[in-house]
Amino acid sequence: MFKVYDVIVVGAGHAGCEAAAAAANMGSKVLLATMNMNTIAQMSCNPAMGGVAKGQIVREIDALGGYSGIVSDKTSIQFRMLNRSKGPAMWSPRVQSDRMRFAEEWRLTLESIENIDFWQEMVTGLVVKDNRVKGVRTSLGIEIPGKSVVLTNGTFLNGVIHIGEKKFGGGRTGEKAATGITEQLIELGFEAGRMKTGTPPRVDGRSLDYSKMTEQPGDDIPGKFSYLNSTSPLTQQKSCWITYTSPEVHNELQTGFDRSPMFNGRIQGLGPRYCPSIEDKINRFADRDRHQIFVEPEGWNTVEIYVNGFSTSLPQDVQYNALTKVPGFEQVKMFRPGYAIEYDFFQPTQLTSTLETKLIENLYFAGQINGTTGYEEAGCQGLMAGINAHLKVKEQAPFILGRSQAYIGVLIDDLINKGTEEPYRMFTSRAEFRLLLRQDNADLRLTKLSYGLGLADDNRYQQMLDKEHQTNQVIALLDEIKFKPDEINPALENIGQAPIKDKSSLSQILKRPNFSITDLQTIYSELSSKLNNYATESIEQAEIQIKYHTYIEREQKNSEKMSELENQNINPDFNYNDIPSLSKEAKEKLLKIKPSTIGQASRISGVSPADVSVLMVYIGR
Amino acid sequence: MNTEDTIVALATPPGVGAIGVIRLSGKEAIAITQKVFKGKDLSQVASHTLHYGTIKDGDQVVDEVVVSVFRGPNSYTKQDVIEISCHGSPYILQKVIKLLLKQGARLAKAGEYTLRAFVNGRFDLAQAEAVADLISSENESMHKAAMNQMRGGFSAEIKALREELVHFASMIELELDFSEEDVEFASRDELKKLIHNLQKLIIALTESFNLGNAIKNGIPTVIAGKPNAGKSTLLNALLNEEKAIVSDIPGTTRDIIEDVIHIDGISFRFVDTAGIRTTEDHVEAIGVERAHARMKEAAVIIYLIDLANDTPHEVSQQLDYLKELGVPYLIVGNKADKPNEEVITALKETDFLQISAHKKENLDTLKEALKERVSLKDFKAGNTLVTTLRHYESLVETNQSLDKVIEGIDSGVTNDFLAMDIRNALLHLGEITGEITTDDLLDNIFSKFCIGK
Repeated sequence: MFKVYDVIVVGAGHAGCEAAAAAANMGSKVLLATMNMNTIAQMSCNPAMGGVAKGQIVREIDALGGYSGIVSDKTSIQFRMLNRSKGPAMWSPRVQSDRMRFAEEWRLTLESIENIDFWQEMVTGLVVKDNRVKGVRTSLGIEIPGKSVVLTNGTFLNGVIHIGEKKFGGGRTGEKAATGITEQLIELGFEAGRMKTGTPPRVDGRSLDYSKMTEQPGDDIPGKFSYLNSTSPLTQQKSCWITYTSPEVHNELQTGFDRSPMFNGRIQGLGPRYCPSIEDKINRFADRDRHQIFVEPEGWNTVEIYVNGFSTSLPQDVQYNALTKVPGFEQVKMFRPGYAIEYDFFQPTQLTSTLETKLIENLYFAGQINGTTGYEEAGCQGLMAGINAHLKVKEQAPFILGRSQAYIGVLIDDLINKGTEEPYRMFTSRAEFRLLLRQDNADLRLTKLSYGLGLADDNRYQQMLDKEHQTNQVIALLDEIKFKPDEINPALENIGQAPIKDKSSLSQILKRPNFSITDLQTIYSELSSKLNNYATESIEQAEIQIKYHTYIEREQKNSEKMSELENQNINPDFNYNDIPSLSKEAKEKLLKIKPSTIGQASRISGVSPADVSVLMVYIGR
Repeated sequence: MNTEDTIVALATPPGVGAIGVIRLSGKEAIAITQKVFKGKDLSQVASHTLHYGTIKDGDQVVDEVVVSVFRGPNSYTKQDVIEISCHGSPYILQKVIKLLLKQGARLAKAGEYTLRAFVNGRFDLAQAEAVADLISSENESMHKAAMNQMRGGFSAEIKALREELVHFASMIELELDFSEEDVEFASRDELKKLIHNLQKLIIALTESFNLGNAIKNGIPTVIAGKPNAGKSTLLNALLNEEKAIVSDIPGTTRDIIEDVIHIDGISFRFVDTAGIRTTEDHVEAIGVERAHARMKEAAVIIYLIDLANDTPHEVSQQLDYLKELGVPYLIVGNKADKPNEEVITALKETDFLQISAHKKENLDTLKEALKERVSLKDFKAGNTLVTTLRHYESLVETNQSLDKVIEGIDSGVTNDFLAMDIRNALLHLGEITGEITTDDLLDNIFSKFCIGK
């Protein structure tokens, strides 16, 4: 009944959806296999997309032709640009999503792509011949042939859910775990590990007293993720609310510590340090008498509320009792308790930079199976795995993004070289060149590349070219308009700005700190009409490029310097055992990861700068 | 580059000496030596032992020697090392080396032993550089500094600095990546305070470079004075050799000549300058501007007054010139054997020494005064000194990046731009001992702040 698929995607979460869509849009015949077609693109944890560093990733996914941005735009209930008070590289879009609408929108999007077939069943194994994947095997014993397979199993591989002393198998609460794949992969020689994550309770919004909380509304002028003009910013928004825990709440929680799977050793997997459970926060930061709680609505119409900041695996009664002590939650009705979940992952050092496994050809891993956390991190890996599976099957050159090109490049490079001990989340600090990797220019950075791959369509490409063209025109315009001191100084002094001494262009004046293009329009009123013909994004882009020119240029130079090390190639068959002077750890890591350049070698954890010096001596500069 | 094969070289200076030591390092060091050594079976002896025997070329005995055996990794290069102590005749030494080469050793290149020690992880880059200093250390102070650096004293200070810097950087990053978190962010004033503390540490280290450099290369000392005041004669007297061209024609010394003398363990790098000529109403540096520049750079100036031929007017002119220069100086009246009493009177108010360079009189007093003038009391054994230019430059660059951070804080730029300069600072510091990764920053953040919704 099944033909030979080019790409079989196992799992339909954020990674799986992007993988299937990308490969299909590039022309592959794709099968999306999921255990439950009703839970495609579930937001398992908080109903939100984006945030610091993550918002940049969503923009990158969009610029490349993925759907996370479009789906988010169509289903958001609140938009905020975080870090507005900081420089443009830090601006980070984030939306609050309608959880049910989000999943529905994704499913309808996938259904609209002709090349995608669906199959609802648990995939229990891979068909592997001569270290090459040939398809998948299902729980019904069906073998589905495929030229490549992308595994995006999320938290489902041998997932175990903990609530207090209760413990049961499951990939999400109410959904069963997936078995078979881990065992087979270990047999094939893969190294598996265990990770842990958690989620907070969901409650009935009708039972909360919002008058005791602080309102957190969306932006006055909301933005959006997608660069395409097929989505539009929100015209109305829903607010979130902020409240706090208290010593009383903490005391209540502590009564359950002896029954906590976190503390009694029943959870072995390592959880993320940046996303600790509430019991962990109380335990590790005992001096703090309160912790913030974000009360987040789950959608336009549902009354369900996500209690962000209260992730816990304490017994259900302890969760409930503690919640009732939180201001505004006195009458709380709980819908679902919080829980912790343990699942299998595979150290991503077992992957190449295309996310293909080193052991089994044409087999790709994306998302939480690689030890990452977050919808955005998962989505972008799915996208890259889908693109590369397609390219491999069609015998085309792989598509790899560098660390100075995209957060996606940073993420994959970190994963495959350093591996991870805790769920890996993106932070802007992980990027060396974050000033280059801004949310405002992801299209300018990536759409051309994606268009070359045949993923970004003509419309997206044309929109990017228009923006680029307009931006350059605005820059030229601001460069050209120049004033002598006596022509502009009165206007400058009017708004409390220091006068100019020499003839200056508007660009030069714009470079002043705390001075915006709006200020330019104030001191030179004709500017507004001159800018009338240009799109807001182009004007903003020009402003950023002018204002931060020197910084951006510096980063660019630094990134070029780094690429020098990237250009020193290492033969993949190089035998590190021949170098007795390398540390034992470095040797092991280098043999395992087989870096292709000195630059990559230098980023492998366990390879010290001294090891790199030794390598350079041997490789011979 | 091969760092495994066996290398051989003369370890003692070339030339005739009582003994000469030949050193081998590498996998085959013991086996190769055994092939020419008649005595115990070296492959069976314990590490760190001495063995008497003979070196033979066929049947012919070349020399009676003592062989020291060091087995890796407990040796300087962490490889097997052999040291052969021969009689110090260049002929014998050459002959033995040739024999060893014939048996498969290779002649070592300059610095190759230290390179191997570094490559084999015996020490980090900073320590490797100290070895070079240790080998060329010519005085006690320098030896102490180099020893300290080699034992990792410097690396330890840098490590402390690095921790401070990582802490600061994570304060900056905290506000960027975790702006939505309910943690308190450092105020600008706090940040500035942190940087000032950091800079204090760095400046202490960079300042030690001047001292460290002085200890390593000698304290720059300039002998200045009018043409024919006896500068070259004095220098020669101190050096006891004819280094500078000496003549009676004023202005003969055209080039700056340097040499080093050691006074009680302190090195003075002497610079003999062209003379200072007095004219009707001013003093000028003749010929080379460099002489004037050298005087300004000097740590101390020995200023010679010609007690025999100067006029009182010239003396006061010269004293004024010296005071303006702002460099520590010693006034030395030369030609004390035939002084002009008027000049002595003119110098009445001034603290000065009388010597005769020509007759080598009172030179010890001069040396003593010189030693007192440059105080090395800041330097005690165990203090960390920056002695290599590379470290100094990295520290200066670290500091410059921190200056930019302060500038940024003052001009009100946001933390993301401050972070660029902080990262630069981390990069420069990393050039000394090792890289600092973003994982370090995140680890610091997670351990100190309650992060996470």
